[in-house]
Amino acid sequence: MSETTDPDFEVIVVGAGIAGCVTAYQLARQGRSVVLIERGETPGSKNLSGGVLYSSGIQKIFPEFLDEAPLERRITRNYIGLLNAKSSVAIDYKDARLAAPVNAVTVLRAKLDAWLAHRCEEVGVVILPGVRVDRVLTEKGANDKRVVGVQAGADELRAHVVVAADGVNSFIAQEVGLRRRPPLNQLATGVKCVVALPRETIEARFNLTGDEGAAVAVIGDCTQGVAGGGFVYTNIASVSVGMVVRLDDLTAKGRVLTDLFDHFVAHPFVAPYLEGGEMVEYGCHLVAEGGLHMIGELAMNGMVVVGDAAGLTLNTGLTMRGMDLAVVSAAAAAETINSALDHADVSKSGLAGYRERFFASYAGKDMKTYAKAPTFLELGRLYNNYGEILANVLYGAFNLDTEPRRHLLSVARRALRHSPVTIRQLVSDGIAGARSL
Amino acid sequence: MRMPSIPERLAKNRFNLDDEECHIEVNQEIAKATGSGKAIVACCAAHVYTEEPDETISVEYAACLECGACLAVAAPGALRWHYPRGGFGVQFREG
Repeated sequence: MSETTDPDFEVIVVGAGIAGCVTAYQLARQGRSVVLIERGETPGSKNLSGGVLYSSGIQKIFPEFLDEAPLERRITRNYIGLLNAKSSVAIDYKDARLAAPVNAVTVLRAKLDAWLAHRCEEVGVVILPGVRVDRVLTEKGANDKRVVGVQAGADELRAHVVVAADGVNSFIAQEVGLRRRPPLNQLATGVKCVVALPRETIEARFNLTGDEGAAVAVIGDCTQGVAGGGFVYTNIASVSVGMVVRLDDLTAKGRVLTDLFDHFVAHPFVAPYLEGGEMVEYGCHLVAEGGLHMIGELAMNGMVVVGDAAGLTLNTGLTMRGMDLAVVSAAAAAETINSALDHADVSKSGLAGYRERFFASYAGKDMKTYAKAPTFLELGRLYNNYGEILANVLYGAFNLDTEPRRHLLSVARRALRHSPVTIRQLVSDGIAGARSL
Repeated sequence: MRMPSIPERLAKNRFNLDDEECHIEVNQEIAKATGSGKAIVACCAAHVYTEEPDETISVEYAACLECGACLAVAAPGALRWHYPRGGFGVQFREG
């Protein structure tokens, strides 16, 4: 097969998640012939996220997004806390400015991604649902191999460019050597239940009105000290409750994932949110946690990798991002592919602009800003000690037990002395936190 | 709210079962020798894997939620795991 053979499409996109749909949509809008292959029965049916989408990027692609997309709630309340067995210490940040303009929304991906795929169809993308791509078709070029299409079962499809948007496991990017198997400390697993509740109950429990939403994120006893965290996100008439734990720490501590999850949903901090609800779905998803260090090559001859498949997720300690990075990478990839097709150069160098565009964007700059965050978040003391220390300091201040009070500093020193953490560690962790977050 | 058992949770999901192709295969010898057997049992949200009394790992592939955590923790060669055929496996309605 050579350049003289007409391909079936100009671009093949593998995976109808956010990254795949946005790439396909942007290219089809430029008049490109695009096929979007999805292994789920329908677009969205294999897709799962925690649930918070920082939406300013996707609103630029779809100006009608806030009015027409099937969104859940607009996040106006961010609750970030340290959870202990019998206590919790948190920052509860509520701000009307987060709703005007809207900054973040909760989403349920089976619904959102079906909408995105429908937008793609409207601009002429051919969608092939229920098709699993088994392998990538490559040819030996003059200097290097190049990707020329994909194979699904007995069928072959050829295109000038293949876009790997097949998620965090990206078998096709690994197959052609665009991605390596990531080390275990760069991977976490997320488990989530969707629990249906009447919307009035949700609004009362989370102190919300109308379509306002809350994002509750905690670390500590939710994972029983395993590196990771728990979350409760409000949807319109359900809550998404889940946890994410780092696989290296889970394995090293010999813990069972579902034991941790069951402990979390029964925790006195979480259980009251769920009371009276009905679990309607149970799912899990792998999460890339390596940040900047996880991003390898983004392009090769005839192929680019976008979104989760490229390892584009960012845990800053306060915000957990992935879907917004998928949007930005998809837009950068689509712009690059369009220009590469114009110049009839889809080689690695012809597609090199994708990386430049991504790292020139706010999302790419954020990846660099938070490059040290994953190392900081590997500190075991975050998940095991600091919640108890803080609660003990506050207990000393609030528990008026007829003993004469001490100054807060003295209470804090005592709390630290009774913990395994030294002052040197506290200072060093504080500096590391300030530098990396 | 009483949290349902894992089988009860999975019963809430929609699955299209593939009777013809099993997408998971454990290499019992490597799994045992490397400790991967215990690791894949522990990291699976759906309890797809069970350690039997003879220390082999049995697989209930129909329950798989397709996250890939098992493949990540397994030693090379201990596990063959890919996605189910197109249209089969879990089909999320919420996500």
